[in-house]
Amino acid sequence: MHLKYESFVREPLVDGDKSYRQISEDIISPIEKKPGRMWYVGFFFSLALLAFGVFSVTWEVYWGIGVWGINRTVGWGWDITNFVWWIGIGHAGTLISAILLLFRQSWRTGVNRAAEAMTIFAVMCAGQFPIFHMGRVWDGFFVLPYPNSRGPLWPNFNSALLWDVFAISTYFTVSLLFWYSGLIPDFALVRDRAKTKLRKLLYGIGSFGWTGTAKNWQRHEMLALVLAGLSTPLVLSVHTIVSFDFATSVIPGWHTTIFPPYFVAGAVFSGFAMVQTLLVITRKILHLEDYITIGHLEAMNKVIVLTGSIVGTAYLTELFMSWYSANQYEAGAFKWRIMGPYWWSYWAMMTCNVVSPQLFWFKKLRRNVVFTFIMSIVVNIGMWFERFVIIVTSLYRDYIPGSWSYYSPTWPEVGFYLGTFGLFFTCYFLFAKYFPVIAVAEIKFILKTSGENYKRKMDVIEEKPVEEFVLEQAEHH
Amino acid sequence: MAIKKFAVACYDDEAVLFPAVAKVRHSGYKLHDIYTPFAVHGLDNAMGHKESDLHIAGFIFGLCGTSTAVGFISWILTGDWPINFGGKPHFALPAWIPITFELTVLFAAVGMTMTFCYLNQIMPGVKKHVFHPRQSDDYFVMAVELNEHVNENDVVNFLKETGAKETSVQIAEDSWWYGRFDKTEPYQLLGQ
Repeated sequence: MHLKYESFVREPLVDGDKSYRQISEDIISPIEKKPGRMWYVGFFFSLALLAFGVFSVTWEVYWGIGVWGINRTVGWGWDITNFVWWIGIGHAGTLISAILLLFRQSWRTGVNRAAEAMTIFAVMCAGQFPIFHMGRVWDGFFVLPYPNSRGPLWPNFNSALLWDVFAISTYFTVSLLFWYSGLIPDFALVRDRAKTKLRKLLYGIGSFGWTGTAKNWQRHEMLALVLAGLSTPLVLSVHTIVSFDFATSVIPGWHTTIFPPYFVAGAVFSGFAMVQTLLVITRKILHLEDYITIGHLEAMNKVIVLTGSIVGTAYLTELFMSWYSANQYEAGAFKWRIMGPYWWSYWAMMTCNVVSPQLFWFKKLRRNVVFTFIMSIVVNIGMWFERFVIIVTSLYRDYIPGSWSYYSPTWPEVGFYLGTFGLFFTCYFLFAKYFPVIAVAEIKFILKTSGENYKRKMDVIEEKPVEEFVLEQAEHH
Repeated sequence: MAIKKFAVACYDDEAVLFPAVAKVRHSGYKLHDIYTPFAVHGLDNAMGHKESDLHIAGFIFGLCGTSTAVGFISWILTGDWPINFGGKPHFALPAWIPITFELTVLFAAVGMTMTFCYLNQIMPGVKKHVFHPRQSDDYFVMAVELNEHVNENDVVNFLKETGAKETSVQIAEDSWWYGRFDKTEPYQLLGQ
């Protein structure tokens, strides 16, 4: 028998009759083949969106922030909404790879690579918004603390906005390191399988000359474990700090201590939804249904229903506090959210984030691929509205009725948002074509405990008396 | 950095590999290394490697990050250019916690990854000898060093008896060098 054992009561994580060689073949062969027609269509459509985004941003930089719809009352509009939305999406990858690694959830192995890639691309998209929101973007480097001829005038280290600069750049760097250190052994596999010289050369460089000695792997595991330990508080800190951008201010509707956990839960919620959107399509197109199984989708749907409920509780807590605090400005902010001219955004948020995810309490729906896909998009729409509600509907009716205002975006703002979709999907299409979409080495590691064909052999062991089983196991250790 | 001769044995099952490792170590032959497609738990112990100390590097780099952040921010806000923010104290430690934490994580992660690359001798442009192209696919490849004290055929036969699927004798560079994986190295043509 094998050295490891897992009960067959647990659902297999790798379906079908797989061997180590078959796993390499299934996951690496799409890299070696020419991409299909759908790939070209998707890729060039994304490039076109990206080009439109570049045009919209260039327009904004040339003419100034005035081309956006934001005004004196509503100073943060789609730009910061989209920033928080993308950064929230960027939370699933590291959560899957780091927190689930620490919790020894082996189902993460099927989805972590794509989720981490998605994280990195989402953070890249998110970063664009605060940078271009600065207006005079050519002075953007002023946020960095470097000795300068303006005093030296340093950035304000006590400001939540500067914390954000540090949090997001650290998060991007650490996620990238985590992702790439996992990719190195898989690049070595592509290199060793390669038949063409160019592929051998490029993946040879990408694999850093990895050969996979026992000591290499020992250090690799240690690196993954410590990076996971570092990333776990990091991923929680990033959205906490994003929420500080609001919570440390004195705007009614923003100034609440509930924001950090509420934002983190929302981030995980939207991040998992985006992972579902991407993986449901990826597994279909690359024929990876054996590795990203219905069980994987169900596990993520469980996370979605949990975090969706946390978010719902947070919404209700906010409402309760606006009444219980007996603060008329707080009450006013929530009254205008629910019943003001932006009532539709509040109710869209409530429906998409709180009501509809509750359907995932039904196992049938959790395991339904089409429903999961639709739901993942609904959740992401809902989470976009959440950020819009928090930002715009806390600002548009401020203290003096004379300065009340309404905000709607102009085309350069919409174009900027579409452009980040272009950036995101351009990167994702390149990733899906040239990178191993699933962590091959990690799947091989769990094959003999969680593979369907190996699980079948467990029946014999399960029927053994406990004493006999323990004695047999003791010999192996 | 030396070109040596190796007897190479390929196994396709961990359950065969582990007894083979024990036999090779017991026999007194010089076990060069074992190349595996994924992390085989317990193999480091079986080969007699001690635990990795990589996490200590991570801790030290993390401390550097903490002290850089606290030192730098407190120097700026209390010494170099103190600013009065609404009468709050210049030494505002609680407000510095977020950046201090981020820099701790950043330094620890970057420093540890660089230490990882250094210890494993991996870098873009580095090349190492690949004993079998399937060592990253489904083979567990064991290389035993051949020198003047052992008989080549004895070693190969011994490895076959341990359950190896494939065996070969190869002349190879035992360390790393700057090179390209699409090029054949001169030493690779020596033994053929």
